[in-house]
Amino acid sequence: MLWYAGKRFLQMIPVFFGATFLIYFMVFAVPGDPIAALYGDHPPAPGVIEAIRAEYNLDKPFIVQYLLYIGGLFQGDLGTTFSGRSVTDVMAQAFPITARLALLALAIEAFFGIFVGLVAGLRKGKLFDASALVISLLLISVPTFVVGFVLQFIFGIQLGWARTTVSGDAPWGELILPAIVLASVSFAYIVRLTRASVADNLGADFVRTATAKGLSRRRVVTVHVLRNSLVPVVTYLGVDIGSLMVGAIVTEGIFNINGVGGTVYRAITLGEGPTVVSFVAVMVIIFVLANLLVDLLYAALDPRIRYAK
Amino acid sequence: MPSNNTGRHRPGQDHYIASLAETPVAEIDQVDETGKARSTWADAWESMRRRPMFWISSVLILIIVLVAAFPGLFATYSPTECYLKFSNGDPQAGHPLGFTRQGCDVYSRIIFGTQASVTIGLLTTIMVTLFGGIIGALAGFYGGLLDSFVSRIGDVFFAIPTVLGAIVVISVIPVRDALSVSFVLALFAWPQIARIMRGSVLSARNSDYVMASAALGVSRFTTLVRHVIPNAIAPVIVIATVSLGIFIVAEATLGFLGIGLPSTIMSWGNDINQARVSVRTHPQTLLLPSAALSITVLAFLMFGDVVRDALDPEARARR
Amino acid sequence: MTNPETVSVTSSSANEETPLLRIRGLEVGFETQRGVVPAVRGIDLTLYQGQTLAIVGESGSGKSTTAQAVIGLLPGTGKVLGGSIEFEGNDLTKFSDAQFSEVRGSQIGYVPQDPMSNLNPVWSIGFQVEEAIKANGIAQGKEARQRTIEVLKEAGLSDAADRLRQFPHQFSGGMRQRVLIGIGLSARPKLLIADEPTSALDVTVQRQILDHLETLTRDYGTSVLFITHDLGLAAERAEQLVVMYKGKVVESGPSRTILEDPQHPYTQRLVAAAPSLASRRIQSIKSHKSSDNDLHIFGQGSLDDALIARAASRESAATTDLIKVNNITKVYEIRKQGFRKDKLLAVNDISFGVKKGTTTALVGESGSGKSTVAKLILQLESLTSGSIEFDGVDLAGIKGQELLNFRRRVQPVFQDPYGSLDPQYSVGNTIAEPLLAHRVGTPKERFTRVSELLDQVSLPQATRHRYPGELSGGQRQRVAIARALALKPDVLVLDEAVSALDVLVQGQVLNLLTELQSELDLTYLFITHDLAVVRLVADNVCVMQGGRIVEAATTDEVFENSRNPYTQELLEAIPGANIKLGA
Repeated sequence: MLWYAGKRFLQMIPVFFGATFLIYFMVFAVPGDPIAALYGDHPPAPGVIEAIRAEYNLDKPFIVQYLLYIGGLFQGDLGTTFSGRSVTDVMAQAFPITARLALLALAIEAFFGIFVGLVAGLRKGKLFDASALVISLLLISVPTFVVGFVLQFIFGIQLGWARTTVSGDAPWGELILPAIVLASVSFAYIVRLTRASVADNLGADFVRTATAKGLSRRRVVTVHVLRNSLVPVVTYLGVDIGSLMVGAIVTEGIFNINGVGGTVYRAITLGEGPTVVSFVAVMVIIFVLANLLVDLLYAALDPRIRYAK
Repeated sequence: MPSNNTGRHRPGQDHYIASLAETPVAEIDQVDETGKARSTWADAWESMRRRPMFWISSVLILIIVLVAAFPGLFATYSPTECYLKFSNGDPQAGHPLGFTRQGCDVYSRIIFGTQASVTIGLLTTIMVTLFGGIIGALAGFYGGLLDSFVSRIGDVFFAIPTVLGAIVVISVIPVRDALSVSFVLALFAWPQIARIMRGSVLSARNSDYVMASAALGVSRFTTLVRHVIPNAIAPVIVIATVSLGIFIVAEATLGFLGIGLPSTIMSWGNDINQARVSVRTHPQTLLLPSAALSITVLAFLMFGDVVRDALDPEARARR
Repeated sequence: MTNPETVSVTSSSANEETPLLRIRGLEVGFETQRGVVPAVRGIDLTLYQGQTLAIVGESGSGKSTTAQAVIGLLPGTGKVLGGSIEFEGNDLTKFSDAQFSEVRGSQIGYVPQDPMSNLNPVWSIGFQVEEAIKANGIAQGKEARQRTIEVLKEAGLSDAADRLRQFPHQFSGGMRQRVLIGIGLSARPKLLIADEPTSALDVTVQRQILDHLETLTRDYGTSVLFITHDLGLAAERAEQLVVMYKGKVVESGPSRTILEDPQHPYTQRLVAAAPSLASRRIQSIKSHKSSDNDLHIFGQGSLDDALIARAASRESAATTDLIKVNNITKVYEIRKQGFRKDKLLAVNDISFGVKKGTTTALVGESGSGKSTVAKLILQLESLTSGSIEFDGVDLAGIKGQELLNFRRRVQPVFQDPYGSLDPQYSVGNTIAEPLLAHRVGTPKERFTRVSELLDQVSLPQATRHRYPGELSGGQRQRVAIARALALKPDVLVLDEAVSALDVLVQGQVLNLLTELQSELDLTYLFITHDLAVVRLVADNVCVMQGGRIVEAATTDEVFENSRNPYTQELLEAIPGANIKLGA
């Protein structure tokens, strides 16, 4: 297992460099003045432009710019935001909040998604299954921001059960409603994935053999069917982290949460291009690392992977 | 062979022969000459035809496409005919859905906005399927260095979530129109299709009919085009139809964030963005275009589901 | 020994045994889009304590469905529609799920066909054995662990305690099947259902597994309900046979009676066509000895005479080597994850020749390299060293038009009828493809040629518009043969071409092949794992093991007088080779 982890880690390194390089490339190698383009309709004062140019080393060749950026990255220097604070500072404060939100969302979507998917898969073709399918389709079709506004309206304004905006330090309780919003689309995907997986596995040979051994139905379903159905769900979780990050930008924007997503949301709305780029770069790095963790979890669940030659 | 040595009588185990009348014996392996010839596509069509969801989603999609192509037929008032005095107004005669904050007719803005969203969804899907599909097929079929190279590059693009990457790139591109937005989305979304096509081609490549083709002297490339791709394309079609819906949502999200199409082009994303301000007081200006968006995406997703069920080999075996 | 009267004795005298399992009028069907499709249409079956009974039939006969109904494991859409299954006085057709749970494992055990797909890949072997033991109340806690180790030891795993934590994919196929047998018998059930328990395994392993199973069931006094498609195997392992066809029992009785005196036309066909039995008959004809244990297997209507006659005519016409293989070696480089490359020696310095107009068989189990040899000869893979000559010309470096000409003369037919035809191509287009690829004839001429070929393989003309998905395995194989013959080749390389077919269909296709060989003066390279089939169709045999040829001789010599221990093992493994005399 350790060997497998090491192997995956090594494989991750070129992707890490490749992805950060790609972002940098997109922004800075495009012809034209990247700074002007990044600021679009909101050009800052001339002095600021000069400072930013110097900071991003735009006078130097592109490759050098990139390497300097990576060098800075490893020293913990991720650049500065528009307001002058260092990205690292903002991250240190915002990241825990977003992490809480994301973990809550993951817990909600995994727990409820797998449960609903399991029941739907076991009762394939019946009413519960059909409704689960329709509801999951609906949830995927409705964009996260719509769900956000609707739930904020209903639970925040009409019913008054939750706060419409989250306070500065974002305690767990206040994050529940935003987490539900964030989890909605992924929940739908997990339901569908689990359902399909369970339905497939129910007909599998090894499930028949398990039943033939004399195991109770309950045990067959939990130990054999469910356990094996978890594997594709875990694979999905890796990709899901990416959509959670995008969703976080929208959700934190709507609920005014001081997380990473909220910061990016504000930066986008205010037209602060470079801030957006810095944060997105960090988010991509986190995505790559998170995928590595998911890969390891996948290997823990499926022994064939870790022993594969 | 083992035998009965208890010596006791065992009823039911004597030599029994069934009567020929009850058990007639047919010719060995006769071809069933009744019934029509059915290829896998005809088979899939047969099963799709029977499902109500197929018809519902097809009709919806047809309507949506018509609205996108000929918006003028469906709306009486021009979407740009806006009078501030009607700002956030309630529905009245001729304006069934009320007015936006700028005083424009919500209904006609929805109708005219269809074009942008559908176009972007369609363009992105076409680009992603063509590019990802071709690259994936070549990588899967020819393997070797090409495959390693494509897989590495794909991994790198895959590491950047689509909308995130789109946010960054759209910030810097000089021109923002349907084509460029689609291109940017496609730029980050192609690895998924490429992977699926690659996997599909890989399993088809190991089939005996590919070997038989090679033994006949058919060139590798012809084999790829005539034999492998038609058999590998089913999962790609399924993902492509579903992706269409997903791309429309992605564009709307970008629009909501304010970095989608420029405000000169009418789109649901833009309308939603502009309605943000009045969401507490007049939520319908945001919810109505969102509803139109959701229904459109739902139609494509439903259609994708039906297609997937029809093409799924295991489901076919059970029929 | 057997009472010829079929009158059932109603008095429960001490002389009459009560059966362990009695099936009466059982009907089972499956729900599909088109209504209920019957799979078992009223069968009777009786099994006594300590007995082994085999249900024999081809695919679609309903034999597996019957077995599944007994243990309540019908797939989702399956339903018992009528009749009764009496087990120890209870009617199993009326059992609830909970009741079945009680009975399964402890009273009725089950051994499935495919050892890979029947073990859960994510749990260790020890876990899966232990849960069976615990579920059937044999032992709990530490004692259960002990019992698990015992079961695994009994299965032949010497270092059982260490390998408990390993996973199914780390064991060989034969070992996995032994574990499944161990699981099935762990609670010492009264009845064991074995559904084609060895069909997915190599031939030599099959014999070992079945011997192992027989030892255990004899020791525990377990009754066995044995499902198989191989009549020779059934007769060898069971004292009672039940022959099923299209959901009904056509004949049943003591094994020996069925083999020597089958009455129902279907049974007669089966006995005449089963390769294991046919090879015994042909062998006794050829060696001019009646079989050494007085067993006269029914042979009327069999192809024995036709096959022997054709073989004789081939022998008399044999001339020079059409294909000559000289010291060929093939090494595969497998790229592992990362940078290492492993070398796999698939073919190790072998030489043989195939005479024009004859059939040479390449026999071996999986991993022997026989399929690789086929691919090398077909120029689908390149040689690592050595040379192959065709019609006197060395094939090294051949390409372009020369290669195309070679391909016209040497064509393959592969094993998997479900994979060797493109499912999107109609039959007509598939058969015409070689003509198109080699630019032969006008469209009209090609049309005619396809009609000719369909006739040659005895398929009706209407087949040309059909798609492979609508045809049976045997029909698809005939299409594959027609395609191979399109360009009028000299040689057909048949790579396990009949291995996936039902017995009767297999016989039909083999007959077709030998007929075509005489008509069209073809040379065959016949690759197979089944020595019985070799006896029927081959003139010369090369036995391969681990990439080498361990014996090469005429078929007669190999069957009469083999000197190689591996070949002898293969001969022993032909089911029915050891049908013992009854007491």
